[in-house]
Amino acid sequence: MSNWEVVIGLEIHAQLATRSKIFSGSPTAYGAPPNTQADLVDLAYPGVLPVLNGEALRMAIKFGLAINAQIAPRSIFARKNYFYPDLPKGYQISQYEQPVVGKGAITVLNDDGTVKRIGVTRAHLEEDAGKSLHEGLANASGIDLNRAGTPLLEIVSEPDMRSAKEAVAYMKKIHTLVRYLEICDGNMQEGSFRCDANVSVRQRGAEKFGTRAEIKNLNSFRFVEKAIHYEVARQIEVIESGGKVVQETRLYDSDKNETRSMRSKEEANDYRYFPDPDLLPLEIEEGFIASVRATLPELPDEKASRFARDFALSAYDAGVLSASREMGGYFEAVVATLGKPHAKLAANWVMGELSGMLNRDNLEITQSRISAEALAGLLKRIVDTTISGKIAKEVFESMWSDGKSADVIIEERDLEQITDSGAIERVIDEVMAANPKQLSDYRSGKDKLFGFFVGQVMKATGGKANPAQLNELLKTKLAGGQAAPARLS
Amino acid sequence: MLHDLSIGELADRLAARELSSVELTRHFLARIERLNPGLNAVITVTAEEALAAAARADARLGQGERGPLLGIPLIHKDIFCTDGVRTSCGSRMLDNFIAPYDATVVAKLKAAGVVMLGKANMDEFAMGSSNETSFYGPVRNPWDPTKVPGGSSGGSAAAAAARLAPCSTGTDTGGSIRQPAALTGITGVKPTYGRVSRYGMIAFASSLDQAGVLAQSAADAATVLKVMAGFDPKDSTSVDAPVPDYPALLNAPLKGLKIGLLREFFDGLEPRNAKLIRDALAVFTSLGAETLEVSLPHLPMSVPTYYVVAPAECSSNLSRFDGVRYGYRCESPRDLTDLYQRSRGEGFGAEVKRRIMTGTYVLSAGYFDAYYLKAQRVRRLITDDFRAAFEKVDLLAGPTTPTPAFAIGAKIDDPVTMYLNDIYTIGANLAGLPGVSAPCGFVDGLPLGLQLIGPHFAEARLLGAAHQFQLATAWHTHRPRGYE
Repeated sequence: MSNWEVVIGLEIHAQLATRSKIFSGSPTAYGAPPNTQADLVDLAYPGVLPVLNGEALRMAIKFGLAINAQIAPRSIFARKNYFYPDLPKGYQISQYEQPVVGKGAITVLNDDGTVKRIGVTRAHLEEDAGKSLHEGLANASGIDLNRAGTPLLEIVSEPDMRSAKEAVAYMKKIHTLVRYLEICDGNMQEGSFRCDANVSVRQRGAEKFGTRAEIKNLNSFRFVEKAIHYEVARQIEVIESGGKVVQETRLYDSDKNETRSMRSKEEANDYRYFPDPDLLPLEIEEGFIASVRATLPELPDEKASRFARDFALSAYDAGVLSASREMGGYFEAVVATLGKPHAKLAANWVMGELSGMLNRDNLEITQSRISAEALAGLLKRIVDTTISGKIAKEVFESMWSDGKSADVIIEERDLEQITDSGAIERVIDEVMAANPKQLSDYRSGKDKLFGFFVGQVMKATGGKANPAQLNELLKTKLAGGQAAPARLS
Repeated sequence: MLHDLSIGELADRLAARELSSVELTRHFLARIERLNPGLNAVITVTAEEALAAAARADARLGQGERGPLLGIPLIHKDIFCTDGVRTSCGSRMLDNFIAPYDATVVAKLKAAGVVMLGKANMDEFAMGSSNETSFYGPVRNPWDPTKVPGGSSGGSAAAAAARLAPCSTGTDTGGSIRQPAALTGITGVKPTYGRVSRYGMIAFASSLDQAGVLAQSAADAATVLKVMAGFDPKDSTSVDAPVPDYPALLNAPLKGLKIGLLREFFDGLEPRNAKLIRDALAVFTSLGAETLEVSLPHLPMSVPTYYVVAPAECSSNLSRFDGVRYGYRCESPRDLTDLYQRSRGEGFGAEVKRRIMTGTYVLSAGYFDAYYLKAQRVRRLITDDFRAAFEKVDLLAGPTTPTPAFAIGAKIDDPVTMYLNDIYTIGANLAGLPGVSAPCGFVDGLPLGLQLIGPHFAEARLLGAAHQFQLATAWHTHRPRGYE
């Protein structure tokens, strides 16, 4: 075990899924031609004023309630002043003292099954900046202000994480949560969900935190993990070779898998925060909070424990199946058709075959080629022993590619299991007759040959013999006895 | 003469169709052409647009429509964005800026049928008390061309005093309506913070700025304010409260009205000025009002408080003028830093730079608590002083300015002396209170103003008191020689 303890805190920026911007009426849709979604307010024309989008506030409160945080009865917007061409006003409207969401917490499930609580220090509303474009312009930079004024919720964690894995688990949990709450689309490629990681190391047992570096703008779970790994190794090396970690902002280069210094603490801007006089302090009344609370959906943890309890699933399975609202909904729809006693079968198929196919084809569960009802239709045929699990996988693949129902495929391809014991016995007899050497070897104690006979019968029946029945009949026959009347399991 | 008539009288003649808005507009445009060169009060004349607007007003009048401002000409301070018309804010920075939209105030007045004659000169970005910081040069006081008209709404005040228009709009951040109104012998009203929308009014200090009116009388000011005021969903600091019918409330009797004399305002006041104020108060007493002395102990700290809060806000508000999207841009910048530094360095004048630097300083890490936070605390104390005073009195009274108009060039190189010119007006801005300045006499041939300050949203009371005073006195009817 290493002598070093890693300390991580994350600042997650979740773009709120409002239709219009946080302080103007411009649309927030991604991908429009440059500067077509920026009005006079976004362009910071002389004389214009910001007006808070109530929907953004509602979403921030929703998040606060979901992490059991205190919603500030009075909250203040502040100006963060700095010059940059993609920041038209020369200041960003953010929150500094008195953010809308105060202290809260979430829990993550570690690989070893333990549950860890990670504190959220605060979450505040702010506006995004525009983008500087440097490509394809000779001796000039372009500015696209479509993104300027897009509402962000910045979620600041406590320095509670002790490994890159934990940091990723935390980020995933917040990702799940914001999508459950439908306050953020979670699209990381488009930058709707990204984070800055504050990373430091200290000697195990030390009380004080080490000097931290802030890694900016990580927009995938993989990058978060890799950047932290790199940064931790770098910091340990610096200290072990007698140096000192300096407080600075660093950039993660995913191509080279390294972090590079952007600016040191000394070079950091003095943002001259002060309350924005154009926006009055937000007075948030209990009644308003209650109205937001009434819109909260079942949260991931609640859903997971309900799944575990109602469907007798392991904590792990319940966690995976509740990882998104859509996944949970799909699973529940399968169970609704199939029946609660078969929930574990449904869970295995959703987490196994279905998730595998979705991954292979890079699809979301909402885009699944097989509906929950269709999957339940297939699983029903396993339950009633029409087909075996093995055949079911074949049927599943056909369903995926041609969209037909399980029953149609079973019928068309004559895949129904042979459950007529007379028919199975006839095949067994043929196989025994055709393999006298193996039969005598088996009877003289070579038990392993049982599998050989199963294989031969399955081959002869095209895999359709009911496996349980076949086992039972074969055992009796090979032993030289008469088969008892078949009973279906 | 047409320019001697009140807005009410003009509206009556327009309504009776004895006068057309086009005639009226021509009359004032001719006055501007003839008299403005000696004043430099109007920096953009929109003659063509004005005549078109007047023709539209006449058409509306012809269809039987009536309104208190339908067809009435007016001059806007060049701080208000006017769609399609240069909006310079008195600065080189915006010398080339054609606003793409109308400020809410402009839009409301336009909808009421007001005819904009042009845009008034002003101190650069409303920072000044003499109209000497304008990129377009100083405005001259119609009472004496060697004197300043006050500022920052100096052009609006001089234009109204010289009857280049029946009235004008202005803005008041630390006295910028009341002080020039006093120094040019007209009536100015600065409403309660939040009463009039700030949307489209180029921000100097957002928590202090408020739009108002400069006019020939309290009655005229009441008529215009009624149209300008009201909630605006585009301005989060505007207040959603009904707008009283100010003109209808002008005749509320003064009997029993308690007027507080601000003791702090008389400390060290020049005796001739003090006498004029006391004479004015005697008029109020004769009309049935009671006067009593009140003290606002923290009021003397208004000026230092203001010169922390206002620059702090301005340093941030003016960051958007960076040469990137509109306004002045330096010639062939080498890089981004050069673009910023030279565009701002060349585009802003000395006073604006002084305030940006002061504001940046007081917001900086390590100084924020000692300056900005402390100033906010003092601001709260001053507001509390006013609140306590208004538990005892209905209105506060005192001088608008310490002296009459001073000579052009006399104070421009001494910012602190210049800042002290607003010593009596700044308190109302810090507390967000409405104030009126009304002419109350002359010292050495130059007008002086009586200032009345009221509780929040007491505009009707203020304008009513000023109107009653004007019914009993004639100070507001005096005309500067050469502009009769």
